[in-house]
Amino acid sequence: MTDWIARHPDLVFAVVKIVLCLFLLLTAVAYLTWFERKLIAHIQSRWGPHRVGPHGLLQPLADGLKNLFKEDIIPSGVTSRFVYLLAPFLAVSLSLLAVAVIPFGPESVEIWGARTGLYIADINIGLLFVLAVTSLGVYAVALAGWSSNSKYSLLGGLRSTAQMVSYEIALTLSVIGVLLLAGTLSLREIVEAQSGHWSGVVPRWFIFPQFVAFLCFFISGVAETNRAPFDLPEAETELVAGFHTEYSSMKFAMFFMAEYSHMIVTSLVASLLFFGGWLSPFPATEFWSITRYLPVVLAAALGGVLLLDVLRQRHWWHRVIMAAVGLGLLAVAGLLATQATLLALAQGPFWLLGKTAVFLFVFVWTRATLPRFRYDQLMAFGWKFLVPLAVLNIVVTSFLVAWRAG
Amino acid sequence: MAAETVLFFVFGGLAVLGALNLILQRHPIHSALSLILVMASLAVLYLLLGAEFIAAVQVIVYAGAIMVLFVFVIMLLNAGEEERTSMSRAARYVGLPVAGLLLAEVSYLLYRAWPADTVVEADRFLGRTGPIGRLLFTDFVLPFELTSVLILIAVLGAVVLAKKEL
Repeated sequence: MTDWIARHPDLVFAVVKIVLCLFLLLTAVAYLTWFERKLIAHIQSRWGPHRVGPHGLLQPLADGLKNLFKEDIIPSGVTSRFVYLLAPFLAVSLSLLAVAVIPFGPESVEIWGARTGLYIADINIGLLFVLAVTSLGVYAVALAGWSSNSKYSLLGGLRSTAQMVSYEIALTLSVIGVLLLAGTLSLREIVEAQSGHWSGVVPRWFIFPQFVAFLCFFISGVAETNRAPFDLPEAETELVAGFHTEYSSMKFAMFFMAEYSHMIVTSLVASLLFFGGWLSPFPATEFWSITRYLPVVLAAALGGVLLLDVLRQRHWWHRVIMAAVGLGLLAVAGLLATQATLLALAQGPFWLLGKTAVFLFVFVWTRATLPRFRYDQLMAFGWKFLVPLAVLNIVVTSFLVAWRAG
Repeated sequence: MAAETVLFFVFGGLAVLGALNLILQRHPIHSALSLILVMASLAVLYLLLGAEFIAAVQVIVYAGAIMVLFVFVIMLLNAGEEERTSMSRAARYVGLPVAGLLLAEVSYLLYRAWPADTVVEADRFLGRTGPIGRLLFTDFVLPFELTSVLILIAVLGAVVLAKKEL
């Protein structure tokens, strides 16, 4: 067995990376629901979940268990049983698939003597792959709405299909400005094209020359995930729950998971395209090299805060959980501080995930702040404002690129 | 057998099965789904030939845009199952032999035109993004632009037909 592993290092690395990525993504999806409920609650001066575990930290587990053990109801009137069952699987698998081409770090890093990249697959058309997979996500919503054989589901599905098809155009057009500057479709090379600094201080991220494109991309990205203020497909005041009205238990949860992993993928792609992906914002000089210890400082500070929080917890098992998480974070900080290899390995993922977390915060923040669009406003905004803006950005960018090339 | 060959037979078979299912299904949505399966399998076949760009475009344009509109229209019209009718006498005695003859002719011509020893080689296939873009904007720039104008005219026509007062 060990012989076989030694002879196929690529295969072993690939399997390990796939398992690790899926595990991390699904955990992130679960805790994103906690993060969203907690953040919205605090924006609205409430506590949010706080019963299950310290600060409600075990709430995602409780929700998962609840969904697993709920009765799974298939309405007797479904138009097609096969399509009805296919839709949630399609939703969740397509939204998880996009993470396969996300690069979390530089092309090649050394792990225990072997070299590998911090991504599952580095393909030449990484960006097109992400766009293709997300464009297929429309089917899950459309088929769920159609097969439920309910007017609320059908209306939700129709609205959602029209919305996703419309905003996909603005999304794709807004990316072209970045492609013109980077000259490649590979996500890794797009990030590498953003390395370096203007006048030694400002990082060469595409957000500065492509600010308009970024606005277009992020707004259409929010619309693609069917979230507030673009959540017309599931407008609860008019459509009950939209396309997933007739779904119960785990099949409902799968649509939920699809939405949240779609949010994560959109945030990852936004940070890769416009914010330098895994690149550190600090210049690579001797003076700034101290910033490579930021992950250590952050993990240690968070661990310390959690250990202090132990004193505020009432239940003994809440104290145990908080102490365990705090000590775990301190241990991670210690490991990173002493092992130079691990510290180098953590740099890329640290910056990429940090930037992604900022976008996820913005996603939740907009949901807590903005009211829902009216349907005609939504369509007019997409077609008459975002699409022309993205086209204008392409024209200006290609003119500048041609002018600079002489 | 090499992995490529196995994948070719798996996805080639899926494409053929999907195409058969497309004709045999009675419900329009099931037919549309089978067509999507055919498109996706074709994309994998392009990928096996090394044509990454064409594979991605196949999925984005056909599966992601055109078929979405098909499904959308079927949903909007709430089309039900098709009636299955027995074949008419003309179809049975004239249609079937003629269809068979046409199939035989086409396969014979294809066989004559491409003998078995000339196959597309994966490495020399000009399916990568750069070469395709260069070809489109140099050798084929006129057909390319004419096609886009044609599509624009079709869009304008649809708008004029759909919107009564402009």
